[in-house]
Amino acid sequence: MSDTILSIKDLKVNYGGIEAVKGISFDVPKGHIVTLIGANGAGKSSTLRAIAGLVKPKSGVIEFEGDNIAGKDTTAIVSRGITLVPEGRRIFPDLTVYENLRVGAYMRKDDITPDINWVYELFPRLKERSWQAGGTLSGGEQQMLAVGRALMSRPKLMMMDEPSLGLAPLIVRDIFSIIKEINKRGVTILLIEQNANMALSTADTGYVLETGRITMTGPGKELLVNEAVKAAYLGT
Amino acid sequence: MLDFLHANLSYILSGISVGGQYALIAIGYTMVYGILRLINFAHGDVFMCAGLMMVYLSTTLPMSVSIPLVLVLTVLLGFLIERAAYKPLRTAPRMSVMISAIGVSYLLQNAALYFTGGLAKVYPTIPWLSRTVTIWGSTTKMVTLVTPILTIVLVVLLSLLIKYTKVGMAMRAVSKDFETSRLMGIRINTVISVTFVIGSFLAAVGSMLYFTNYASVTPISGGMPGLKCFVAAVFGGIGSIPGAVIGAFIIGIAENIIKGGSSIFGFGGSGWTTFSDAFTFALLIIILVVKPTGLFGEKATDKA
Repeated sequence: MSDTILSIKDLKVNYGGIEAVKGISFDVPKGHIVTLIGANGAGKSSTLRAIAGLVKPKSGVIEFEGDNIAGKDTTAIVSRGITLVPEGRRIFPDLTVYENLRVGAYMRKDDITPDINWVYELFPRLKERSWQAGGTLSGGEQQMLAVGRALMSRPKLMMMDEPSLGLAPLIVRDIFSIIKEINKRGVTILLIEQNANMALSTADTGYVLETGRITMTGPGKELLVNEAVKAAYLGT
Repeated sequence: MLDFLHANLSYILSGISVGGQYALIAIGYTMVYGILRLINFAHGDVFMCAGLMMVYLSTTLPMSVSIPLVLVLTVLLGFLIERAAYKPLRTAPRMSVMISAIGVSYLLQNAALYFTGGLAKVYPTIPWLSRTVTIWGSTTKMVTLVTPILTIVLVVLLSLLIKYTKVGMAMRAVSKDFETSRLMGIRINTVISVTFVIGSFLAAVGSMLYFTNYASVTPISGGMPGLKCFVAAVFGGIGSIPGAVIGAFIIGIAENIIKGGSSIFGFGGSGWTTFSDAFTFALLIIILVVKPTGLFGEKATDKA
């Protein structure tokens, strides 16, 4: 087994006055793809937002490479090598594709050309549209841009919030195969999804989140055939 | 047409000049709105304070020291206002920040009232700007010619800054999406401070040009120009810098033609002087009714 890059212990997060995450613990091994699945309101997004420092957790420990980062500000967390591809992509519509990628590398002071080239290699469509405003891209292209933008910070851990949301099935498949490719390059991935089928077949480990608590865990392939998971999340 | 131009040259020139001064102030409104969705009611009073600082500093210091000092102190004032009155309210409802801005506006006016004792203070003569020049038969002050040129130079520099520098890119990102900008590692508060620094700097430059044409500064000197520049920013489409500049020039020129020029199609001329301010606000009403987003404004974007 490889070592753990991210370790969550008894994390509680409030969202809009209610306790959205009610004390969860899980580990993300270095170099793995880990997924949290669960219905709307299960606390998936709140978990990621707390890790990224966008919301302060109520209590609990978020250990990244051995240090507790819970409650630190986002800039400090990002500079440690964590990035979040936010739900709904949230690319900057007025910035060009190229500028969106540059903004992704905002904290870096070294040469970013090799990374830009790598992103363009992963997503040739972005290269074609490099001078177009981000807002003019299609939904799928915007998702590619959001992933590319996140890669520009050279993350050790990339968190993704519903990358398949609102995309056509073919594009979703593309995105997931890119996720695997990024993972092969050594980036650890923490993925949350409502599209449980796709997420579990991609992930090394899966956690099932229900109303703020983890109710099941196991290798992705095992959860995929688990009867309870099938009934609740796979609709079969 | 040429006759009209010739006869009204001095009014047109001073209109362009006043327009430039308005533009420098209007940019402060539009930039702050662009980033914070806040109408910074204190901006006109920062402009007034820059005028008063010049009055007090120039009594003891030479112009060559007073001018840069006024620029620095105004920038500092703008920066401190943001840190003290707006930053603590970052997550509060927008209305709270707006009320805080109104509070700062009154605070500055009352502080000015305290220091001046309510008396109009004579604005010092900035030697070079006050020189008289004659062009095409019209006599005017140097400031009339300098203002539009300086305004355009500053606007071009600002546009380059926003388009090509890293902090400019961060400003554009932050103006669209706070949270995602934070995820990129952008320090939101630094970017907001930079915005206030730029806005206050331009207001300070504007105050030097503006008050050179007026004899004195009073605690309420910031009111009317501030309001007109706000109208200019709304007219051009608040949030848009080119919009604010064009709006400001249009208001400045129209106002001066109405004030003094001979009539065009029965409008304007000396009998209309009293209506020049009314024109500005009538324009505001019309633009709000006909095109609420202004000349270059975007569709209503409500930032989360």
